Amino acid sequence: MLHDLMPILLLFAVSAILGVAILILTNLFGPSRPNPVKLSTYESGKIPIGGPRIRFSIRFYIIAMLFVLFDIELVFFYPWAVVYRQYLSLGSFIFWEMILFIGLLLVGYFYAWKKGALEWE
Amino acid sequence: MIPILFFFFAGLAIASALLMVTHKNPVYCAIFLIITFFALAGLYFLLGAQFLSVVQVIIYAGAIMVLFVFVIMLLNLSEEVRLPAGRRLQSGFGIVFAAILGVQLLVIAAAGTRVFGRLSGDTPVSGTVERLGAALFSTYLYPFEIASVLLLTGIVGAIILGSKKLPKEQ
Amino acid sequence: MNAIPLNFFLLVAAVLFAIGVAGVLVRRNALVILMSIELMLNAVNLTFITFAAKWQALDGQLFVFFIMAVAAAEVAVGLAVIISVFRLRGTVHVDEINLLKG
Repeated sequence: MLHDLMPILLLFAVSAILGVAILILTNLFGPSRPNPVKLSTYESGKIPIGGPRIRFSIRFYIIAMLFVLFDIELVFFYPWAVVYRQYLSLGSFIFWEMILFIGLLLVGYFYAWKKGALEWE
Repeated sequence: MIPILFFFFAGLAIASALLMVTHKNPVYCAIFLIITFFALAGLYFLLGAQFLSVVQVIIYAGAIMVLFVFVIMLLNLSEEVRLPAGRRLQSGFGIVFAAILGVQLLVIAAAGTRVFGRLSGDTPVSGTVERLGAALFSTYLYPFEIASVLLLTGIVGAIILGSKKLPKEQ
Repeated sequence: MNAIPLNFFLLVAAVLFAIGVAGVLVRRNALVILMSIELMLNAVNLTFITFAAKWQALDGQLFVFFIMAVAAAEVAVGLAVIISVFRLRGTVHVDEINLLKG
């Protein structure tokens, strides 16, 4: 099992090593002569007003939360899609199962729509 | 190869979990928790749960931690102040309780080398998508449908709690 | 030696769970407490998958699948509660959220 998936592991290892190596090497070899002008946010542009840490609107959270819950729904689709053809020979119940699943989540989607959670104002 | 991977992932998981609990800044806590989730995905993989290890990365390290980081940005949290002096008892109790629990679990886990057996090189049970799907849509069909009701409840609850206008803000 | 004893995995899960308990009890930030709860859930997931490997059965892995769905819903609602508390009280420190305390 592990030998079949060794390429994936190799990919992860190479990308992790590459990222860490680039971070370390640029710190080691890159010249660093900072001065206040270079360190400002827009080196040759506007003078920034206020700090960067402002509070975001709660709309962002609602959108992110909807993304997470529908992401879970998508994860349930993977096993379904893989066994769909095999189960279809036993009857169409596997199709209606997923329709029921999606239908219940569509209720949530329309609820979010009706409550105006998808609108930005 | 497998022992090296195991000790790497286990050490990574425990070290970053410890850092998560002890770090003051919530943003760093979230980052360390993501590292823990990745290490756990590696452990799942070693145990033959390939699909779950991918799902772990998608759901936990991806979606759930995005939500956490969003809320940290949303609340614009500063660093956590240390416990007031009067709370020493509480934190002492917490540490002692966790230590007792940890030792108990360690004893239980370490006692059973011959009880639990070993993870052989050729994987014992392979959690491929096909096999998980076959079980999910036969034996676990009812929990699967209930899961959609649960997600629906989650959507409704979070929207009600999130979009409620407070008297102060109107 | 090409085999890891399965109880090593249980050991890791036990340590992670204990760290999560310590986090819930010691930390004062509601967000970090929620993160510690997620850590404990993951420790339990690891135990489930270890026993699935031990008994050569997939049921443990399916349980983990459902636990992940529950965890996502739980986090969505839990964070919404934290946001509501923050908007109402202006803090997420659990020591200062004590209106119900007699």
